[in-house]
Amino acid sequence: MKMKMVVAVMALFAVRHAWAEEQAVEVVHWWTSGGEAAALNVLKEDMQKRGYAWKDSPIAGGGGEQARTVLRARVAAGNPPDAMQMLGFTIRDYADEGLLGDLSSVANKEGWDKVVPAPLAKFSKNAKGQWVAAPVNIHRTNWIWANKKIFDELKISPPKTFDELIAISAKIKAAGYIPLAHGGQPWQEATIFDSAVMSAGGPAFYKKAMIELDPAALGSKNMEKAFDQMAKLRTLVDDNFSGRDWNLATAMVINGKAAMQMMGDWAKGEFIKAGKKPNVDFLCFQYPGTEGAFTFNTDQFAMFKVGEKQAKGQLTLASAVMNPSFQEAFNLAKGSIPARTDVPDTKFEACGKKSMADLKVAIKNDTMLGSFAHGHAMPDAVKGAGYDVVTKFFNHPGASSAEAAKEFAKAIEAAK
Amino acid sequence: MAKTWETPQMVQETGFRWSRVVVYGLLVFFGAVYLLPLLVMLLTSFKPLPEIYAGNMVALPRHWTVEPWVNAWTKACVGLNCNGIKGYFWNSIQMTVPAVVISTGMGLLNGYVLTKWRFRGANVLFGLILFGCFIPFQIVLIPMATFLGRMGIASSTTGLVFVHVVYGLCFTTLYARNYYMAFPDELVKAAMIDGARFFSIFRRVLLPNSGPIIIVAVIWQFTNIWNDFLFGASFSTGTSAPMTVALNNVVMTSTGEREYNVHMAAAMIAALPTLMVYVFGGRYFVRGLMAGSVKG
Amino acid sequence: MQTTVMTEQEARAPAGSVTQPAARVGWSSPRGWLQQQLPRLVLSPTVVITLVFVYGFILWTLYLSFTRSRGIPSHELVGWLNYQRVWNHPRWSVALHNLAVFGILYIALCLVLGLFIAILLDQRIRQEGALRAIYLYPMALSFIVTGTAWKWMLNPGLGLEKLFKDWGFANFKFDWIIDERMAIYTVVIAGVWQASGFVMAMFLAGLRGVDQDLIKAASIDGASLPRIYRRIIIPQLRPVFLSAVVILAHLAIKSYELVVALTGGGPGYATEMPSTFMYAHTFTRSQLGWGAASATMMLLTVAAIMVPYLYSEVRTVRSRRQ
Repeated sequence: MKMKMVVAVMALFAVRHAWAEEQAVEVVHWWTSGGEAAALNVLKEDMQKRGYAWKDSPIAGGGGEQARTVLRARVAAGNPPDAMQMLGFTIRDYADEGLLGDLSSVANKEGWDKVVPAPLAKFSKNAKGQWVAAPVNIHRTNWIWANKKIFDELKISPPKTFDELIAISAKIKAAGYIPLAHGGQPWQEATIFDSAVMSAGGPAFYKKAMIELDPAALGSKNMEKAFDQMAKLRTLVDDNFSGRDWNLATAMVINGKAAMQMMGDWAKGEFIKAGKKPNVDFLCFQYPGTEGAFTFNTDQFAMFKVGEKQAKGQLTLASAVMNPSFQEAFNLAKGSIPARTDVPDTKFEACGKKSMADLKVAIKNDTMLGSFAHGHAMPDAVKGAGYDVVTKFFNHPGASSAEAAKEFAKAIEAAK
Repeated sequence: MAKTWETPQMVQETGFRWSRVVVYGLLVFFGAVYLLPLLVMLLTSFKPLPEIYAGNMVALPRHWTVEPWVNAWTKACVGLNCNGIKGYFWNSIQMTVPAVVISTGMGLLNGYVLTKWRFRGANVLFGLILFGCFIPFQIVLIPMATFLGRMGIASSTTGLVFVHVVYGLCFTTLYARNYYMAFPDELVKAAMIDGARFFSIFRRVLLPNSGPIIIVAVIWQFTNIWNDFLFGASFSTGTSAPMTVALNNVVMTSTGEREYNVHMAAAMIAALPTLMVYVFGGRYFVRGLMAGSVKG
Repeated sequence: MQTTVMTEQEARAPAGSVTQPAARVGWSSPRGWLQQQLPRLVLSPTVVITLVFVYGFILWTLYLSFTRSRGIPSHELVGWLNYQRVWNHPRWSVALHNLAVFGILYIALCLVLGLFIAILLDQRIRQEGALRAIYLYPMALSFIVTGTAWKWMLNPGLGLEKLFKDWGFANFKFDWIIDERMAIYTVVIAGVWQASGFVMAMFLAGLRGVDQDLIKAASIDGASLPRIYRRIIIPQLRPVFLSAVVILAHLAIKSYELVVALTGGGPGYATEMPSTFMYAHTFTRSQLGWGAASATMMLLTVAAIMVPYLYSEVRTVRSRRQ
């Protein structure tokens, strides 16, 4: 009797699930907030025009952490989505597990290799060199965003060296502003750390230590210097920084409560949305000592192997993502720059133009380097171990930089 | 069998008036503290956005507005679909109701077997089942996903119902077993002598007397399943997701000015059913807890 | 959970005759055999489900904890390596320390507050129903919902500190949530808020089951009310204490949402708990092996608390049957 009931109820639900759209592409993403969602809508409409329904599966939270958990479960269930928003090494992990589909047919036809910078394309391909993901954008993480009114009022200009940064911060503080708006979450602290390492040792050192994970580089004095910078920056933040979301920190700069924020260019989206203009209301410049370099992260849509029936839809989506006009529209809304280097910069504002120009130089000089904080320098497991040391140090005023540098090297080694 | 609610508890007629004042004062004080978070949420949900950013969190709204509630229900964006959370509400009901009914039903039968039809090893089995209550859900996520995938019910409401039944059974079994322990065996025996068999004894003798414990089991299961996020997010997709997943997508946006009032309204709507269940079922809840505790 | 209370109390009842109908009344026909096996058949789905989905999965986790599993399960055995790595992880020691602080305070405060409010509510209070609902409601809400409100209240710039400052207490300071050393106590506060009403309900049920004759006798003897409580009533609530401790202990070990919604494990990782450690390593850091090792240690802790309890429960039942 009981079993009968169970069967009956289950059957009822099975029937409800029997129907499924034939020509739908399911996309898992965490772009749920205003501007991002609007940008993604462009893609959705594009897909609909090409004859595919868009099955939206948003999982917000934790910069994609929540979505990644769900993805693990869905892969285990043998039921991965058609496409998923992914970052850096996560794509490589899934590609290594052989779970991602091959986009080479579209990529070769459209010549992606010619327009996507190599350091980025590294994350879009599997070990065999086949394209498995379509990159949407390039974010730069070594930015400082500043309130121009405060800078004008105090007659200060963007610092050229770290010591200058500290010197102007003292002035800012004396004038009653918070020098640095910061949100105390591990990834935000790691974002600053990206720049601190780069600033302390230069791009070549950054590459050796953070990307090649060379023990000698990790054990060198430069890492200690990077932690020294972190310790000094810690003194520039207000008391309420713990757990603050990054956009609230950006709002502090927008509202003139704080002078600067060290954050990737998604912060620019907030300024623009608030009606602020670059070089009029706010300034954008590089963390001192990292001017020529370009630490990046990129959002991509990875396509899972889900069978022939869906492959066409996936290729269509990949092609739509790589469409220059979509890349332009999306990135104008998101604050980043297109993953394709052949998109004209005419519609972008000053900071976007600067980013696009700097990128070209950085590619030439081999200083376009993956961001540690955003999963483009080392695998997730190693990155997590690094996060722990950085965030612990930042939240523990008075900790020794030498100790922290040692711990950092040790943690990386253990997690490798 | 259970002591009635109205039975005088304390012999306290001699108490002074001021002691009553102290008792009431303390109760009201604690009540206010407990209510504070709810109050903050409610007030916020009725304020326009600028007032939230400018003002004090416990201040009454200067301009009352129900717009956040309307927005949350019909217009808030869950990913790219800006139709509010109303559709997800129905998803949650579709998932919760069968899961609660099945797990409670099975739990009652289990409790009946474990107390009235004991066999060798029954206690050991009960111990084994009980330990299941304590398993952290995170560790079952991946193997469970594999299983659901093999069964072809991954990402479906059926799969979610199954998961919630599986991990709710230990609780419902526990409640029913402890409740039926106190149920007089003589009644079962009498029915048996009258020729009643296994299921008819359950239906005619135990079930009519199971009101309090059914309520306890239903309240417990309902709140746990309704509030679950981990399974809901992992074993559902897109528009078939339960309420908590949609709520998370509304609340956890990463950019832009946060519409706290809409978030709070959405959170309140999501919480409404469980809140109702506790407010209206609370009285039976304590009674159900009590019922088993009194000698049969 | 809470009904475990009853077993204990009811175990003190005179050992009544336990019916064993199937054993006593024999059936001879095949249908009779079916009838005889019916109880086992009815129980068997649950038993099978438990064996597969609880114990099977535990064994799977145990196995994984000895393998070099990263993103996906691997079958390469590595002995105790994952345990060593977890055990030497500074974050894990913070998690253990926090679990001890949180666990002890959370359980103690919930018990004290729950009992205190239950006793107050038991004084034949007008509007008892409404008050009870107020104390109970936190348990009904997911912390995903209430976490935001708590985050506000505890934030020094937005919440209680600001409120009191606005009211003129310029020196009022309540910034635990951003203080590395104090943040764990804010988790305790929110946790106690959430669970103490539930404990209150358990005690209330227990109080209503206390033998009235004893109380009457004592009050006739002239014992004061506090004395009656201390000497007669509270000792009778022993079983409630026991099951409340078990429930709270398991909630403390499993507590995940509480930490994530309130502090996200921060500042730094000062409010890390074993459950958040396990979650982070399993799902976001692709260290399945470490995650499994920490999960195994968590399960062992749960077992250490639960098994003696289960054993005593089964034993009291057995002694009744003799």
